Amino acid sequence: MYHQTVISDSKTTLLSASDLGRRHPGDDGWLFHDIDIDLQAGDRLALVGPTGSGKSLILRALALLDPVDSGEVLWRGHRVADAEVPTYRSQVTYLQQRSPLVPGTVEDNLRVPFDLQVRSKLPFPRDEALHLLDTFGAGDDFLAKKEANLSGGERQIVGLLRAFLAQPTVLLLDEPTASLDRDSAASVEELILAWQADAAEHRTYLWVSHDPEQVARVADRTLKLARGRLEEGA
Amino acid sequence: MSQSASYLELSYLQVGLATLLILFNGALSVALRLGLGKRLLVASLRTTVQLLLVGLVLQQVFSLRHWAPVLALAFAMVVIAGIAAVRRTTHRYPGIWVDTTLSILVSSWVIAGLALGAILRVEPWYLPQYAIPLLGMILGNTLTGISLGLERFTDTLTRGRDQVELLLSLGGSRWEAALPAIREAARTGMIPILNSMTVVGIVSLPGMMTGQLLAGVSPVQAVKYQIVIMFLIASATALGTVGAVLFSYLRLFTRRHQFQFEALRDTL
Repeated sequence: MYHQTVISDSKTTLLSASDLGRRHPGDDGWLFHDIDIDLQAGDRLALVGPTGSGKSLILRALALLDPVDSGEVLWRGHRVADAEVPTYRSQVTYLQQRSPLVPGTVEDNLRVPFDLQVRSKLPFPRDEALHLLDTFGAGDDFLAKKEANLSGGERQIVGLLRAFLAQPTVLLLDEPTASLDRDSAASVEELILAWQADAAEHRTYLWVSHDPEQVARVADRTLKLARGRLEEGA
Repeated sequence: MSQSASYLELSYLQVGLATLLILFNGALSVALRLGLGKRLLVASLRTTVQLLLVGLVLQQVFSLRHWAPVLALAFAMVVIAGIAAVRRTTHRYPGIWVDTTLSILVSSWVIAGLALGAILRVEPWYLPQYAIPLLGMILGNTLTGISLGLERFTDTLTRGRDQVELLLSLGGSRWEAALPAIREAARTGMIPILNSMTVVGIVSLPGMMTGQLLAGVSPVQAVKYQIVIMFLIASATALGTVGAVLFSYLRLFTRRHQFQFEALRDTL
């Protein structure tokens, strides 16, 4: 399947970056450069490339977690001011390869985003959490489960649910299934696809993956990264 | 001097008698093959040389009765304390020397200044007999608090990098992301002084109070001084530790709410 990048009028550009680059600290080389990315509402984009090609660093730069040496990230066409960065990140959320959990129960973890100033007016959506848990067969008792007793797959699911509940528009997914066994990987993948399909016009992701089969399943468009530069492919 | 009657003046002969005790220790080490002889010798020599030098400097500063040498000595003490504090840390970042020295300088000078000017009301304010020992006691404790606090701060951030970035990723501000580490650091820096405030007088008599008692000061007066000193030390430690940790927070977390993990370097 081949998808031409069509900029239709009905779609809004959410996140864009042009000429994005970051230098290797200490020498003249680039970690990545000349990166042009255009994420539109509803996009399901994959970013592929060999290990060490800078995929994670690009995701981090798009989440404004790292400084860049050239180019700029625009949100709905505007530069994000320093003070607006937390609000931006509540919309464009980077998910680490293994979701770090805080000590405590699953519920404690799901509550983390709602303790932050950026969502101070939102109460913790417990019903929504239970509904999401229900979709993969877990119930009330799972909320009370201790973080230390979770399996790798469960940890990843808790990390994802935590992000979903916080209602981002764009998810920057850093190999979300890489460290999981087959079954867990399948449920995590399913969960993300379901999240996007739930509001397919709006919800958007950029998915870093090194598994071509997975890319075929989850992405409409693929960006290939080689030696720190991008090329668009099928 | 009128107070000479209240304490016994020491001659070098008497100091020499105390040295005999160390020689006895050395002999014991040789006899039992403890291997401590050389270290004991070096330590004793350092004690003697360092204190004699300090004595000479102090004698000079005391006799000049001018604010300039007192301030110069106070400044040198701050710089040495700053170096000592940084040398105790294992994770460093560019600017740690400035941050540490500046927070030691501000906290110790502000508290010592308040003590001299507003509490003890020493006339003139720079009277070295008060200013120098006061500052010395404050510095010794502040530098411990600062180095413990900074060490805990940078260590918590290094080990908890994922947690810090999790909070940032979910929309937390740099302050929200750093706050757990800041709290932890401030508490750690205050532990030694809180501990000594808890047991003071029960387990041991503090050095300054002991000194005053030896010099013939009445126990009630010595106790009053000691209480004042403990409170000065606690205030300066709190001020210095929080100051140093906040400076380091501002260096490690940018205005764009980014955690500059790469700025931290291990020295081990």
